Amino acid sequence: MYDFEFARPTTVSEAASALAAEGAQALGGGQTLIPSLKNRLASPSLLVILAGIDEMRGVDIDAGDSVVVGGATTHAEVASAAADSFPALAWLAGNIGDPAVRNRGTVGGSLANNDPSACYPAAALATGATIATNNRKISADDYFKGMFESALYEGELITKVRFPIPDAANYQKFEQPASRFALVGVFVARFGQEARVAVTGASENGAFRWAEAEAALSADFSSGAISDLSISADEMIRDLHGSSTYRAHLTKVLTARAVDAAS
Amino acid sequence: MPKDNGIGASSKRREDVRFLTGAGRYTDDLNIHGQAYVCFLRSDTAHAKLASVETDQASAMPGVLRVFTGADFEGVGGLPCGWQITDRNGEPMKEPAHPILAQGKVRHVGDPIAAVVAETAAQARDAAEAILVDYDEMPAVVDMKSALESGPLVHEDAGTNLCFDWGFVEDNREAVDKALAAAHHVTTLKLTNNRLVANPMEPRVAIGDYDAATDVSTLYTTSQNPHVIRLLMGAFVLSIPEHKLRVVSPDVGGGFGSKIYHYAEEAFCTFASRQLLRPVKWTASRSEAFISDAHGRDHVTKIELGLDAEGNFLAIRTETLANMGAYLSTFAPAVPTYLHGTLMAGNYKTPQIYVNVKAVFTNTVPVDAYRGAGRPEATFQLERVIDKAAREIGMDPIELRRKNFIEKDQFPYTTPVALQYDTGDYAATMDKLEEIADIAGFDARAAESKRNGKLRGLGVNCYIEACGIAPSNLVGQLGARAGLYESATVRVNATGSVTVMTGSHSHGQGHETTFPQVVSDMLGIAEDQINIVHGDTANTPMGMGTYGSRSIAVGGAALVRATEKIISKAKKIAAHLMESSADDIEFADGQFTVAGTDKSVAWGDVCLTAYVPHNYPLDELEPGLEETAFYDPANFTFPAGAYACEVEVDAETGKVDIVAFAAADDFGNVINPMIVDGQVHGGIAQGAGQALLEHAVYDETGQIISGSYMEYAMPRADDIPDLIVDHSCQTPCTHNPLGVKGCGEAGAIGSPPTIVNAVVDALRRGGYEVDHIDMPLTPYRVWEAISR
Amino acid sequence: METVNLIVNGSAFSGEVEGRKLLSDFLREDLRCTGTHVGCDTGQCGACVVHVGGKAVKSCSMFAWEADGMEVATIEGMADEESLGDIQQAFQDSHALQCGFCTPGMVMSAAALLDENPNPTDAEIRDYLEGNLCRCTGYHNIVKAIRSVAERRASAGAA
Repeated sequence: MYDFEFARPTTVSEAASALAAEGAQALGGGQTLIPSLKNRLASPSLLVILAGIDEMRGVDIDAGDSVVVGGATTHAEVASAAADSFPALAWLAGNIGDPAVRNRGTVGGSLANNDPSACYPAAALATGATIATNNRKISADDYFKGMFESALYEGELITKVRFPIPDAANYQKFEQPASRFALVGVFVARFGQEARVAVTGASENGAFRWAEAEAALSADFSSGAISDLSISADEMIRDLHGSSTYRAHLTKVLTARAVDAAS
Repeated sequence: MPKDNGIGASSKRREDVRFLTGAGRYTDDLNIHGQAYVCFLRSDTAHAKLASVETDQASAMPGVLRVFTGADFEGVGGLPCGWQITDRNGEPMKEPAHPILAQGKVRHVGDPIAAVVAETAAQARDAAEAILVDYDEMPAVVDMKSALESGPLVHEDAGTNLCFDWGFVEDNREAVDKALAAAHHVTTLKLTNNRLVANPMEPRVAIGDYDAATDVSTLYTTSQNPHVIRLLMGAFVLSIPEHKLRVVSPDVGGGFGSKIYHYAEEAFCTFASRQLLRPVKWTASRSEAFISDAHGRDHVTKIELGLDAEGNFLAIRTETLANMGAYLSTFAPAVPTYLHGTLMAGNYKTPQIYVNVKAVFTNTVPVDAYRGAGRPEATFQLERVIDKAAREIGMDPIELRRKNFIEKDQFPYTTPVALQYDTGDYAATMDKLEEIADIAGFDARAAESKRNGKLRGLGVNCYIEACGIAPSNLVGQLGARAGLYESATVRVNATGSVTVMTGSHSHGQGHETTFPQVVSDMLGIAEDQINIVHGDTANTPMGMGTYGSRSIAVGGAALVRATEKIISKAKKIAAHLMESSADDIEFADGQFTVAGTDKSVAWGDVCLTAYVPHNYPLDELEPGLEETAFYDPANFTFPAGAYACEVEVDAETGKVDIVAFAAADDFGNVINPMIVDGQVHGGIAQGAGQALLEHAVYDETGQIISGSYMEYAMPRADDIPDLIVDHSCQTPCTHNPLGVKGCGEAGAIGSPPTIVNAVVDALRRGGYEVDHIDMPLTPYRVWEAISR
Repeated sequence: METVNLIVNGSAFSGEVEGRKLLSDFLREDLRCTGTHVGCDTGQCGACVVHVGGKAVKSCSMFAWEADGMEVATIEGMADEESLGDIQQAFQDSHALQCGFCTPGMVMSAAALLDENPNPTDAEIRDYLEGNLCRCTGYHNIVKAIRSVAERRASAGAA
């Protein structure tokens, strides 16, 4: 890899100042960034290490209705801490990568990178999560801007993510056989009557909400309610592992399975 | 009662202790004082003329010792090919030059253009990025059909992309055509055998080290056959005589064929170390491995099977396009020909067979042997077409196979494709398979799967392979440019322990454990008194290495022969000690006895006498007790067996789960059952990888799409079920002294058709009219097949 | 250069390390602990798994100085002077390794699994090994070895 300098802030404000420098980049768990650096696909001049910022770590179950996760919290910590209060989120976190990756990779890193096949964006969109940064709060619906694109400004830092806990929820992940990322992943959440359906892995525009399915499920939260729906394959990803039509098909299959599992 | 030592015992592997404690010594663990590091600048373009390669800036960068380009290798030999095919018209194959560094043109992504040697690996890489290459891009050809029809020429001087057009056996051609025309039923199947990457977990490494004081070069390399590398590199590439060239393969982290070949990086590191008078080290990254290790398989085939009204096989005709990639790798031409065409009879008494293979150059990484090498391609097409034929004529697929088996009283059996099978009992392995796989209980399990919303399918097939590679006089006639014997030196030390130097090489097979089991049995001394030395040309006899399931069948046979010589000489020494005749000496359990008497001397006394010959018949016997044997087999060996697989298919998503797998193999005699089980497990997993997951995919511009583990799906623990393996059916090989056949490739050969047969069976049980899906049967491909 | 203080297999290390040096390279090159292997460059093969702060991590995907102040355990620390550790012994007994290249990472993952879940099902074992590729064994005997350790520990604990 190319050489670079390091900054090791211990507070969010120190991190924010460090990130203001030209060519600075935040390093969370490094499970995506370090392989990129090794292969010389990224060349930051300064890496700002977030692991030492205590205020960005940990999981709180807030008032019993939200799970609040520090941006530098690992997937393994989320899987463990949310197991009772929000099992669908815990399951999602516990199935990212593999155990060693989950011990390093972080929620903030995943959301900031916004890989179109990552799992967390589906949970954030389906629960209506709030993504807190060093200077504002962004609702999930405003946050995801397309493949590897988010509402974050240059140098902006995810400090906390608040996931409201649904009355019912389930995440279905259909794995790409090689990377084990989501070929398609569907997170279904129900708050009272309101159903939310978020899809990752499928679209060229990154994670998205499937509005027609949400409307149908808000009227009748059963897999039968979406049996007549179909989702357009336009703008779905096509690659070695599946056509756009296949991804559209999987989106519907997984949505139905998630609803059945959540019911 | 299982044995606890010697032949037939599941002795624990002694090599495991160092591997389990981090004390293994793999090539990348070696660092030589003063070593420099090389980074290869590889083509990122599949096909281009090199208008210029500008190295001035790179040469001036920090730490750079020298930048090499193709110009430095003018007058140096290219990488040789070890096998020559003669085509249907009697013409030799096209054999284009294969330079160490590109000479004016690149022909695949990954083709090395230049190499930077620097003080550190990072400096070498920094400088390699500073080399300016001006590519004059040409259209690339990836698809074999296009390459033959209209594609750009990979090698202009060859005048064609057709390497050879091979007919086997050419004299059978007309008879096969007639038999198929007259057959009651002909089943036709078109299929591809997917391109794979061997992916041993250890990437390749090479370290060249030149000692100017003695003028000796040493190459440390991740090779399956150090002597072969010494021969090819010394004689054909760098013109270094063998007594000035040493090749060492220390612990090697898997090979599966991909570490047989002589690669450019080995020659480069040796060459550069002589130029720079510094050790030069190269360690491949995995990304680099995907574009520089020889790939495997990549055949496109049409097979036709003719049957009579009773289901007897009458004739087989197959036509295959075999991808050679951009250059001929060391054994590439042998794979689709003599390792493939000769196996087309399978386990069956088909009277007429004709095989046609067109080998094709494309702008892709060279293709060569990968675990099984040609035999999986033969088995796959044969066993798939039999399954389809069974369905078409309405016969149970097991019954159809049994009906056509070569019967056990027909051995030795000469096939229409040039082999003579020495022994076998295919009905016995099928009987065993039906038992261990509980074929009779399948319907109940299928009903249970159906209740869970899954389609369950059963696939069964047979395989045969030609192993124990190879009888030199035969392969010499077929085009091999080397002998394929194996060697062993047995050195008895003065106090009775034994050191064995073998030309075989272990990179996971466990020779350090199994070879002593053989010697222990023969000499009656404990296994731990026997040590195995391998992997270093400086202290082992010239041997051809390990591949083609040959180590125990050929290397083990050499070991037996050398040990027999030891016993013969030891008897003479014992006879001298007991003032008797050597003909009267019996040797058992480490004791030499004069027959019919109670006079005896122990092994240790004889050994000591050999090296302390104070009272010794020097006029009759030399001191010392050390013997070497070279063993050249009389024939191939023919492991065979029957495999069964059960899959569950999720018809909504296309996902296939292997839920049961059973293998009944006949390996002849078995030295270490535990190790044999492990070899079969691993082979099945690789076959499952080929069937369901793995695929080296190029786009039309010649870029590899699946060039990392993010896109190339390797089998993981949860992809493979518990495996039932059995090798109790044993028809010992008739022509080698151990009666062994070899087991390393069986699983990879036998399992891909089993799995595909099972998936097709599942889909048809679900009402889907699917005849075939090309491997890998990814969820997407299965879903596509049933959505049509 | 960064200053680091860490404990590797019980021995303290203090010194300077280049900032961009990966933990795997630090172990292999600076400490000559070459049991930790590198089999890929995308963080997927798992041959480099070690424990940092008691948790399994891929040492190729973190910087050496990120382990500053932590305890690092590698394959070299898994046996005592006289005998193999129980996982290592089970791997030998069950023939759970062939070429040995993935083995160090496999053993370290197995150790982490059994710390977290002393009595895993076969499915849980296979799931936990998702990040450890083995090309030789077909995993059958690896699962068998890990299961046998769990059983032996359970019966030793019960006795």
